[in-house]
Amino acid sequence: MNFRMLSYIDRPSPIHRLTGATKLICFILWSVIGMSTYDTRILFVMLIVGLLVFKLSQTKVREVSFVLTFILIFLLLNDIAIYVFAPQQGTLIYGTRHVLLDLPGRYALTWEQLFYQLNITLKYFVVIPFALLFVVTTQPSEFAASLNRIGVNYRIALAVSITLRYIPDIQRNYHEIAQAQQARGVDLSRKAKFRQRMRQAATIVIPLIFSSLERIEVISNAMELRRFGKKKKRTWYNAKPFAFRDFFAIGFSLALLLLSLWLAIQHGSRYYNPFQ
Amino acid sequence: MKNTVVSFKQFNFKYNSQESPSLENISLDIRQGERILITGPSGSGKSTLGHCINGLIPNAYKGEIKGSIELMGEPASELSLFDLSKKVGTVLQDTDAQFIGLTVGEDIAFALENDAVSQKEMKQKVLHAAKRVGMENFLEHSPHELSGGQKQRVSMAGVMVDPVNILLFDEPLANLDPTAGRQTMQLIDRIQRETGVTVVIIEHRLEDVLEMDIDRIIVISDGKVAADAPPAELLSSDLLRTYGIREPLYLTALKHAGIHVDPDIHPETISRLIVDGLRNRLLEWSNTDVPIDRKRTGETVLELSHLNFQYEKDLPVLNDVSFSIRKGERIALVGKNGAGKSTITKLICGLERPASGKVLLDGRDASDQTIKERSESIGLVMQDPNHMISQHMIFDEVAFGLKIKGVDPDETKRRVYETLKLCGLYPFRNWPVSALSFGQKKRVTIASILVLEPQILILDEPTAGQDYRHYTEIMRFLEQLSERGVTLIMITHDMHLMLEYTDRALVMVDGKLIADEPPAELLSDARIAEKANLKTTSLFQLAERIGSPDPLSFVRHCVIDEKRRRSHHELSDAQLH
Repeated sequence: MNFRMLSYIDRPSPIHRLTGATKLICFILWSVIGMSTYDTRILFVMLIVGLLVFKLSQTKVREVSFVLTFILIFLLLNDIAIYVFAPQQGTLIYGTRHVLLDLPGRYALTWEQLFYQLNITLKYFVVIPFALLFVVTTQPSEFAASLNRIGVNYRIALAVSITLRYIPDIQRNYHEIAQAQQARGVDLSRKAKFRQRMRQAATIVIPLIFSSLERIEVISNAMELRRFGKKKKRTWYNAKPFAFRDFFAIGFSLALLLLSLWLAIQHGSRYYNPFQ
Repeated sequence: MKNTVVSFKQFNFKYNSQESPSLENISLDIRQGERILITGPSGSGKSTLGHCINGLIPNAYKGEIKGSIELMGEPASELSLFDLSKKVGTVLQDTDAQFIGLTVGEDIAFALENDAVSQKEMKQKVLHAAKRVGMENFLEHSPHELSGGQKQRVSMAGVMVDPVNILLFDEPLANLDPTAGRQTMQLIDRIQRETGVTVVIIEHRLEDVLEMDIDRIIVISDGKVAADAPPAELLSSDLLRTYGIREPLYLTALKHAGIHVDPDIHPETISRLIVDGLRNRLLEWSNTDVPIDRKRTGETVLELSHLNFQYEKDLPVLNDVSFSIRKGERIALVGKNGAGKSTITKLICGLERPASGKVLLDGRDASDQTIKERSESIGLVMQDPNHMISQHMIFDEVAFGLKIKGVDPDETKRRVYETLKLCGLYPFRNWPVSALSFGQKKRVTIASILVLEPQILILDEPTAGQDYRHYTEIMRFLEQLSERGVTLIMITHDMHLMLEYTDRALVMVDGKLIADEPPAELLSDARIAEKANLKTTSLFQLAERIGSPDPLSFVRHCVIDEKRRRSHHELSDAQLH
C-alpha cells in the first residue's frame, strides 16, 4: 500500500539543509515573480536556476513523476485553450504581426502568438521545480519549527506536522473500512449506479468519521499528558538555526524580484518584446 | 515504611454522561517503589481509576467527585494536569495513536519541547531515555516503520524523559503478540529495578502480567475494590473466578486435579511453583483417558494453491502459500504481526487479487467472482468493530447486508431477530450502537455477518479486548456455529484460544506458511513456536516441570477437562432456570 505519493524524501543535499521557512519564503517569492513577469530573459534565468536547484537536491524525476505528469497535461490543455480562444493575443501584446502559417478565420499562426505562449509555458516551468522541491525536501516537523520561528503560533505550526503525521493513518483506515464494507456486499465498483454509489459511500464515511473522532480523543489526551500547551513558548527537537545559505537563498530570490520589477518599470511593460 | 505516593480516601466518581457512579468508596494506598496490578472485568471501573491517578479525571473527563486523592502528599484537586504529568507518566493502550512525533526522537522529545528545554539538552535526554528502552538506533525512524512493541517502548521513553515517580500502564498488552507482550513485561520489570519507580499496571490479562514480580493485585468490580492482596494470597483464593477474571491456566489445572492451592506452594508464577508435593497427584489425574478429537472428513470448501502476492515490486507479502480447508473445520491462523495473515483473508474474500496462484471455493476457481459474489459464501469480521459499523441502530446494522441484497422486509426482520437472539443481543435490538461496549459492538459485527449465513466465517482477533466472561461467551457461540457446519478461520494471538477452540493451526512467518498441524503439536515444537513469536502456554511448562512423560497429552487432558466442566456447569445452570 504505497500511499505516500508526494512526501518528504530524506537526502543529504544542500537544499535539504535549508530551513523550512527559507524554502517557504523562496517559494512564495519565486511564485510572485513567476506570476507577475512575462520577461523572457528573467524567466530563462529562473528556469536554469530552478533546474540547477532541482539537480542539487538529488531528487529523481521518477519520484515526482506522477504529479509532474499531471501538471504537464494541465499545462498542455491550458496552451491549447489559449490558442483556441485567443489566437491573436500575441499580436495584440507585441503590436506586430509575423504570420508563420496562414490558417482559416482568425487562426493564422503568428510568431508573436508562439512567443507569447512560450512565455506562459516558461512561467509554469519556473514555478514547478520549486513547488515540488518544497514538498519533498522539507521535513514537516522542522517546517513547523521554522514557521513558529517566523512568528506563527506554535499550536498552528504543530497542527501542520500533526496533520501530516496522521494522514497516512487515516488513508489506511479508509482503505480498511472500504474493504470491510465491500466484504459485506456493498458494491463500490463502477457497476453500481451513481445514486446508489453515493448512498453507499456513506457506509465508509460514517465509520471513518467515528474512528477519526475516537483517535482525536486519544491524541489530545496523549498530548495533554505530556504537557502540550503548558507554556507560551516551546522548543523544537528538529529545529534548525538559520545559516548563511538561508540568507543567501532568500537574498538571491529577493534580488531577482527587484530585478524583474526594475525591468518592468524601465520598459513600462511586463513583456520583453524581441519584435521591435 | 516507605512513602505513600497515591492515596485514595473514600473516593467516589460519577461521569456526567452516566447515571450511576463508576467508582464507589475507593480507599487504597500505593507506596513508593511498589508494583501494582489493577485488574477487573470490562466496565468494572479499572480504567477510570487510572484516569484519576494521571489527572485525566477531572481535567479531560468531567464528573462528580466525592472524597479525595492525594499524590505525593498533595491533594490531587490542587494539581493541574501539567503538574501531575511530572509525577505520573502514562503509557496509553493505543500504541499507534499516542505516537505524536514524525520520528522516534521527536516523539520522545515531545514533553521536553513543551517544557521549552533547549535543543542541546533535549537531544541528550532523548538519547538517554531511548537507550533505557533499547531504541537508540531508531531515533530517525517514523512510526509506521515500527512494530507495536517498539512503539510502546517509544511511549515509555517519552514519559521517562522526566523523573516521574509513577509509571502508569493502561492495558499495555492489548495490541501485542505474545512474544512482544512478554518482552514488554520484562522491560517494565528491568526499568523498575533500575529506577525504583512505582509501577501501576491496568490489565485484565493476569497471567501475562505475572511474568514479572507483582507486589499487590487490586481487583476492581462494579466500581469497588473487591480485593487487595499479594498475588500468592489472591491466587490461592477463589476470588478471581468470582469476579470473572481468568486465573493462570496452570492454577486451574492444579485446582481441577484436586490440589489445594495455598501461598506456601508459590502459585504466583509457574517457574517458582513448588511442584514436589504435586507431581504424583497431577500425573495420576492426567493419566485418565482423553477422548480423541473428532476428525473433520467433510468436503474441501476452500483451497489456496501456490498463492503469491505483493503490494510493491520485489517485496513479497505472500510467498507460495497453499492449504485446503474442509467443511466445518476450525482453523487458527497464527504468526506475528505483519506475517501476512490478514492479507490471506483479503485474498480469500477477493479484496485483493493474487499475483499468481489460485483461490478455489467449493473446488471452483474463484478468480472470476467479484467481491460481492464471494461475500455470499464468505463472511469477514474485521478486528476493529468501528471499521465495520455504519448504521445508527443495532437492528439496522445487522439488517444492512440483507437490505443491500434486496431481501424482503418480513424475511429480513425474521432473520435479524433470530441472529440477534443467537448472539445475545435481542434485548438491545432497538438501541443505538453507540450505547454498547467494545465487546458488544464486536458481537454486533459478528451478527451482521452471520445474518448473511456464510459458509465460511473469517474472524480477525475475535476475542481481543474481551474480558473472560465475554471471551467464553463469544467462543462458545462460535463453537455452536461450527457444530452447524460453518467453517471458521480465526486470526489470533491467543494460544489458549487456539488450543481449546480450533482443530488445526496454520502458522505464517514472513509471508510463508511454515506449519499446518494440530495446535497442541505446534506448541510443543519450540523451534516453530519461536520463529512465529508464539508462546507455549503455562500448561506445557507445568507438564515439563512435573516431568510428564507426554506433555502433549497432559495439555490436551487439561483443555478437555476444562471444557467438560464448563459444559457440565452450563447444563446444571440451565436446569436451575
